[in-house]
Amino acid sequence: MLGPLQRLGRWGLGVFERLGRGHLFLLRILLSLGVAVTRPRLVIKELYSVGVLSLLIIAVSGLFVGMVLGYQGYITLVKFGAEEALGSVVALSLVRELGPVVTALLFAGRAGSALTAEIGLMKTTEQLSGMEMMAVDPVKRVIVPRFVAAFISLPLLAAIFSAVAVMGGYFIGVGLLGVDAGSYWSQMQANVDFYKDVMNGIIKSLVFGFVVAWIAVFEGHDTVPTSEGMSRSTTRTVVHSALAVLALDFILTGLMFGDI
Amino acid sequence: MTTRTIEIAVGIFVALGLAGLFMLAMQVSNISEYRNTDGYTVHAYFNNIGGLKVRAPVTVSGVRVGRVTAIRYDPERYQARVEMTISANHDYLPADTQASIYTAGLLGEQYIALEPGGEDDVLVHGSEIYYTQSAFVLEEIIGRIMVNMTTH
Amino acid sequence: MTPHRGRLRLAGFVRRETPPSARAGIAHRPVQRFPPIDTQPHNDTLVEIRDLHFSRGGRPIFKGLSLKIPRGSITAIMGPSGTGKTTLLKLIGGQLKPERGQILVDGVDVHRQGLADLYRLRRRMGMLFQSGALLTDLSVFENVAFPLREHCKLPERLLRTLVLMKLESVGLRGARDLMPSELSGGMARRVALARAIALDPMMIMYDEPFTGLDPITMGVIVSLIKRLNDALGLTSILVSHDVQEASSIADYLYLISDGQVVDAGTPDELETIASEWSHQFLKGLPDGPVPFHYPAPDYLTDLTEGR
Repeated sequence: MLGPLQRLGRWGLGVFERLGRGHLFLLRILLSLGVAVTRPRLVIKELYSVGVLSLLIIAVSGLFVGMVLGYQGYITLVKFGAEEALGSVVALSLVRELGPVVTALLFAGRAGSALTAEIGLMKTTEQLSGMEMMAVDPVKRVIVPRFVAAFISLPLLAAIFSAVAVMGGYFIGVGLLGVDAGSYWSQMQANVDFYKDVMNGIIKSLVFGFVVAWIAVFEGHDTVPTSEGMSRSTTRTVVHSALAVLALDFILTGLMFGDI
Repeated sequence: MTTRTIEIAVGIFVALGLAGLFMLAMQVSNISEYRNTDGYTVHAYFNNIGGLKVRAPVTVSGVRVGRVTAIRYDPERYQARVEMTISANHDYLPADTQASIYTAGLLGEQYIALEPGGEDDVLVHGSEIYYTQSAFVLEEIIGRIMVNMTTH
Repeated sequence: MTPHRGRLRLAGFVRRETPPSARAGIAHRPVQRFPPIDTQPHNDTLVEIRDLHFSRGGRPIFKGLSLKIPRGSITAIMGPSGTGKTTLLKLIGGQLKPERGQILVDGVDVHRQGLADLYRLRRRMGMLFQSGALLTDLSVFENVAFPLREHCKLPERLLRTLVLMKLESVGLRGARDLMPSELSGGMARRVALARAIALDPMMIMYDEPFTGLDPITMGVIVSLIKRLNDALGLTSILVSHDVQEASSIADYLYLISDGQVVDAGTPDELETIASEWSHQFLKGLPDGPVPFHYPAPDYLTDLTEGR
């Protein structure tokens, strides 16, 4: 009778304990952020493995998402004789939602999981412990550069994603389906507001970058040092990042666009 | 992979990201309108502005010459006061220009169309457009038609 | 770190390269490379553990462990698997905190230090992990250079000289461009050893240095530990369950079991005065105070019960 209740209680306590550890770890990261300024080379090296290596998947996905938006938008709009509005439909859905969200999800899968696996492997093979014994703080040397690189990369990748996708929509809408090029761009400019739409999209991707980076490095650092523990951590990074991004997107959208 | 290659690749990455942001700002959104603030502001009173929004276009013969910058209700005149900024190069609009609120397409957004009059004086900063035509509100028109039909 | 320190460090090196005859004399001289952190007079004990209590996951690992590690010697701490030998090294290094008791290293209570002081202390401790714990994304050269790059701003040429000297002392100068994944277990451990002595520590802790090595490599590691200890005037703490190798180089042995020191003495002393348990452990006898059988109900009744 009390068995399930006890399990529920234990599970709840476990969740809170992890949350607590996660926040303490975040605090350590934030207190050590200075190293990103004093040793920018460490960050640049991580920007390569986190950002540059994610570039291809982001650009290709962006292109396809934009082309699909172009198609679907056209099919729907042409029924109302409003295919001229294609540009604004494509651009608004991209800068407000799809750009930040899809980029964050892809990024969690591509770079977040890699970060977790890398840090987890360093922990499993005692490299982090070894650094501590060499009087090198692994949070400063390993964690912070990766955290900062992920945090910087996501907004840049989201911008690239949206820009490529807008072009993808242009190829399909204007190139293939015959929407007027002028109205594609002018409708876009008329309906996309820089502060309300573009800036809010950037803010979203900054928040997502922070959260995905945090989850990825925490899961890596908190991994159980076995191969099974590492695979679980990697999975958790992707799942938790995705859930966090989607939930935060809902909240942020409510805050940003709720007043219309 | 040498440090140099990595740094170059990262440089390209950051440049691409910034280029993406730049494109979103300049090509996709309306930041150019924010930037382009040199113009003069005129205002007009309307009985009903319908669904007119701030930042809606202001056109002459369909050509965009400015945008709506502020809308508020004037409690003394019981009318809506609409301020619009018109680009400085369109400084030839006669003082008796008429402003009408139209709808772009059947379901599209509302905008202000200016029809130039014949006076020699032109609109300048702070002028008021006296001749206005309110927004076309479907229910009102239908109501009027119904009344006409019943009185016949 | 100031360049002044860098010069001192190099001076320490030159000493190491003196011929063996001269080296023996140096080994007995107290070698002082760094200004001491504390002003306490230097006694013969480098590490002192007093009444150490530690448990993990509710299971007690140390129950009032006390031992002293003399300066300049090789001390082996031995015990069966699972007695927390690695844990002990992590406690000495300040990576774990004891529940009770003190650990003094060079007169400094490790667990009463702020983070900065602890890190300063750790620069003078080297640790050789069982796996080597080399940084997998750096080459052998860069691995040895790592602590130097992190702690001192040395000109690249001086750094290179230092690293090559450290690598030479473990015989792997030729392997400087290999990546850790290309090294055998014994080589990885030697590189790790070169890295551990890169900052010229006062002590090195070896975590199971002999496990999983072939006889030749094992011999290499054994002689390296001995040679480095004597040539650098180090204090070595060796944690192992390989009785033969450990007692062949150790000056002093501690046998720990069940969270406490069971026996202690020089290898020769332990030959004669060892308790029954130590005798079983040292000789590797299958049965004795540690029974061959895990506690179980009576064999015959257990077998017949199932019917």
